[in-house]
Amino acid sequence: MVCESWKAKLDTYLDGELPEQEMRTFDAHVRGCPSCSADALTRVQMKRAIQVAGKRFVPSADFRRRIERSITPKPQRSFRLGWRLAAATAVILAVGTLTSIYVGSWTSKDQASRDHVYSEIADLHVATLASSSPVDVISTDRHTVKPWFQGKIPFAFNLPELQNSEFSLLGGRMTYLDQTPGAHLIYDVRKHHISVFVFQERALSLSLSSSLKLPASMDESSLSPKQLPFNMETWSQGGLRYFVIGDASAADIDNLAKLFKAAS
Amino acid sequence: MGYGNKTAVRWFTLVCVSEESLPSEAFEQLAMPYFERLYNFACWLTHDRQEAEDLVQETYVKALKGFSSFQPDTNFRAWIYKILRNTFLTSRTGLKATATVPLDLEGEEEMLPAVKETPESILLQRSDGQFVQKALEQLPVAYREVLLLCEVEEMSYQEISATLAIPMGTVMSRLSRARKALRDGLRPQFQKG
Repeated sequence: MVCESWKAKLDTYLDGELPEQEMRTFDAHVRGCPSCSADALTRVQMKRAIQVAGKRFVPSADFRRRIERSITPKPQRSFRLGWRLAAATAVILAVGTLTSIYVGSWTSKDQASRDHVYSEIADLHVATLASSSPVDVISTDRHTVKPWFQGKIPFAFNLPELQNSEFSLLGGRMTYLDQTPGAHLIYDVRKHHISVFVFQERALSLSLSSSLKLPASMDESSLSPKQLPFNMETWSQGGLRYFVIGDASAADIDNLAKLFKAAS
Repeated sequence: MGYGNKTAVRWFTLVCVSEESLPSEAFEQLAMPYFERLYNFACWLTHDRQEAEDLVQETYVKALKGFSSFQPDTNFRAWIYKILRNTFLTSRTGLKATATVPLDLEGEEEMLPAVKETPESILLQRSDGQFVQKALEQLPVAYREVLLLCEVEEMSYQEISATLAIPMGTVMSRLSRARKALRDGLRPQFQKG
């Protein structure tokens, strides 16, 4: 009974929540009182048991990644990173192109026209990613992006369903290739940005014919990554010319191209 | 004794966040170290891993959205735990859990006397933790959360008070009742042991 008042504060004492002076007094008492020290021991064991039992659930690495993705300012970062990569690539591309012209290494008109179109498309891709507002319609929903182009370009096209794929749509904007209006869509795959350009084949051929004809060899072709700083694929389907370009792997470019081909 | 250790591990958020950091980057620096603990706490509240994931996800989204209202010189841990707990309380599981829990006699602030239970210490030494886990699971949510915040999260009474939005006196009385309820829950095991 003598220890009743002490024991009433035993938990507070063990939680370290008594004032400093009272803590010291309590320490002295517990050391000298077998009843209180036995009680304190039991309670410390209980605290430890709860500590051990309470640390029970561990989240998966996948869940951690999801949380990190949800709170990390990815678009800005990736665009910034993309801009740097794109700018560096643009410099390499420009130097490469100029050097090629300078040394007169053009071997054929086809090669020249291919390079010209590629260069234009690559410039559009790079310039867009370098922009502070790369897309005019910001949406991951194809049902928002597609209607946005209505009345802005003289043709319609289908966007692929991306569910169960690694790609995500970031948005779109209008673009021009040799004065021909077209659609420019930007996709993300594992932090790489891929541009998809869609133009009217007829308008594009006419437009380019005054300077360089769009080479037949570009049909269904993947441009070799050994020659080009980007991977690119182009094809013609339903009267439209598609270009898929980016610094992602050739397999990613091809997979996105396949999704577009299936949707068209 | 235990208090020294508790004092040593008690800490408040003193993470220095660069003024140049974007708000979301500063948030990430402050919030991610609590990720595992928040998930553990959420699992204890919901009893369901999927629900716990949803709860943690919602907590992070809400916390990020409201991060501008967080005062840098205050306790971030208590702030984010409070968001998680409030989110839980307004969820279907939370409403159900709290609706079936009897009020824990908040008005009675006196501390319960300690009881000497020697068989406990013997059993706790031998126990592999399963008995305690089961007894914790069976506690009403108000007792379970206060015990977890105190013993697992090692929060001070002041932090618990801020997290649960209850006065310090209530923290102490609720802790005392929660411990007694846990001991009562373990008693059948003690008797078997």
